[in-house]
Amino acid sequence: MRDLKVSFSTRQGVVRAVDGLSFDVGAKEVLGIVGESGSGKSVAMYSMLGLVRDANVEITGSVKFQGREILGLSDKEMQSVRGGEVGMIFQDPMTALTPVYTVGWQLVEQLRAHNDMTKEQARERAIELLAEVGIPDPKSRVNHYPHEFSGGMRQRVVIAMALSCNPKLLIADEPTTALDVTTQAQILDLMERLQERHGSSIVIITHDMGVIAEIADRVIVMYAGRPAEIGPEIDVVRSPRHPYTWGLLGAVPRADVKNRRLVTIPGNAVSPLAVPEGCAFAARCPHKMDICDQRPVLRGANNHLDACWLTDEQRLAIRSVATTRGEA
Amino acid sequence: MFRYIIRRLISAVLVMFAISVMVFLIFFATPGVNPAARIAGRSASPEVLRHVSIEFGLDKPLPIRYLIMMYHLFIKQDLTSYVNIGDKIIPQIIAAAPITLSLVFGAAVIWLIVGILGGVVAASNRGKFIDPLIMFIGIATISIPAYWLGEMVNLITQDKLHASLFPWLPNGGYVAITSNPWQWALHLLFPWLTLAALYSGIYARVLRGELINAMNEDYIRTARAKGLSERRILYRHALRCSLITIVSLFGLDFGALIGGAALLTEVVFGLQGVGWLTYQGLTNLDLPLIMGCVMYGAFFVVLASAVVDILYAYLDPRVRIAT
Repeated sequence: MRDLKVSFSTRQGVVRAVDGLSFDVGAKEVLGIVGESGSGKSVAMYSMLGLVRDANVEITGSVKFQGREILGLSDKEMQSVRGGEVGMIFQDPMTALTPVYTVGWQLVEQLRAHNDMTKEQARERAIELLAEVGIPDPKSRVNHYPHEFSGGMRQRVVIAMALSCNPKLLIADEPTTALDVTTQAQILDLMERLQERHGSSIVIITHDMGVIAEIADRVIVMYAGRPAEIGPEIDVVRSPRHPYTWGLLGAVPRADVKNRRLVTIPGNAVSPLAVPEGCAFAARCPHKMDICDQRPVLRGANNHLDACWLTDEQRLAIRSVATTRGEA
Repeated sequence: MFRYIIRRLISAVLVMFAISVMVFLIFFATPGVNPAARIAGRSASPEVLRHVSIEFGLDKPLPIRYLIMMYHLFIKQDLTSYVNIGDKIIPQIIAAAPITLSLVFGAAVIWLIVGILGGVVAASNRGKFIDPLIMFIGIATISIPAYWLGEMVNLITQDKLHASLFPWLPNGGYVAITSNPWQWALHLLFPWLTLAALYSGIYARVLRGELINAMNEDYIRTARAKGLSERRILYRHALRCSLITIVSLFGLDFGALIGGAALLTEVVFGLQGVGWLTYQGLTNLDLPLIMGCVMYGAFFVVLASAVVDILYAYLDPRVRIAT
């Protein structure tokens, strides 16, 4: 993806949901996109696949999938990409499946849309897929309706559907947000195993740094539709460079420190209607400088980039103070 | 599922019983009204009044009277009208039923096709010109009273333009399908169109609303992400889910119409169906006839409601768990 910009023209003005997002996803890589609600992470992925159908949207930029430009393709052309080469799973498993058809029917529908299979072949494959994602007794469960499955099971079915045509890329939009913690761990585990087996790349969107730490190889931190920090997961989590990332990581409650007030990032997320010309995070940043009136450029070394005007020396100084204070 | 059906049918029988009691009480137990006089009709002689009292057991207690009434109605089927002396009610209703059935059936086919087509076209072309056009036509046809529309149609086809545009159209009345299918259809053509006009509007509007709602649902987004064509998504996913509401609506409308709710249409076009019969009963204050028609109509509404409930469980698998 290069310089993706997605904006909606509304009566209150232009909403810049995504403002210049660029990244690459390599083969078999897990890229995590993390940010608050409204940071534009979901919109970016949806518009990549042409799933943003509003009449008032404007999408610019370039998205290349395996060398082929897919932004701006016609609906018909996108239909072979969606589901066939790029699979997608969504946040709420309770409403993600059509209620009036059995799970098997829906799996078969997708298989036959992208492959030349008979109904029987597709059905066999569907049962295999259900077994692969860990649905017990798949032979009989394949004839069950979505409402006969629990939330975690439904999400597994959705994953099975997304992986059914062996896509090269799987996009997961907050796949575990609606599930309880134990199920969350199981689903993430499943996704990792499947990724290795099928060899696909994953883009996982989440607001939970824990999920990132668990499963991502590389991370993009988004704020107000703009990338704040990009880099390998280890680097971003161990030595974050952007003040927003400091805030996000610092906000994770620590079980080993007693009686510590929950840390928050002061202020509220900036409204997409009023994204400032300069650094979007400046208003909430404790280290704001004069230069922050200009929009920072994404820069850094060793594939670890950040959009912040702080120099490395300044960062070092700030972080050592924070460490001694026990805030890092 | 089977147990659900049995329970639903039992409940339907109980509702019928309750309705029959209520109808009976209205006719026979309203304070201040002399049932004998009501049954015997206007200007009845004292002997007739006495005959009525004996036949309907009006001197006996209420529950016994109820049982006698039901006996006459269902078992002996010899409920007799006093206004049109000697006319038996039940055979009249039975003779009138096929006419109503023909009218409603044909109209239903037309309104379902037009309504569903209209709803789908409006929803898939949402925002373009054809969408508000269809909705406007829909609301126009809903608002036009059936009797006015019927009379206007008659005026045009039978009177003003009869010689020029509609010489082939017969002058009203009914021909049974068994004697001459072509004439049967011809006689019913404009009654069908008139009755269908009203319902098409309702169905198009309801379906459009349901479809637009369905298209915003999460499962449609999943279907799109699966790479299905928009057409397939609309018909196989959105429409399938929206049809559940339409089927429920249709069941109830159909049931009510079979029971004689197309009263005004039948009268305007001179079709002697159950609705027409009810109208006659009401204008002549022929109590047994009214009772018979009411029970007939109630029966079909209750039956239709039970069928709709059972059909709903078949169409929407989520309901089956609850049953």
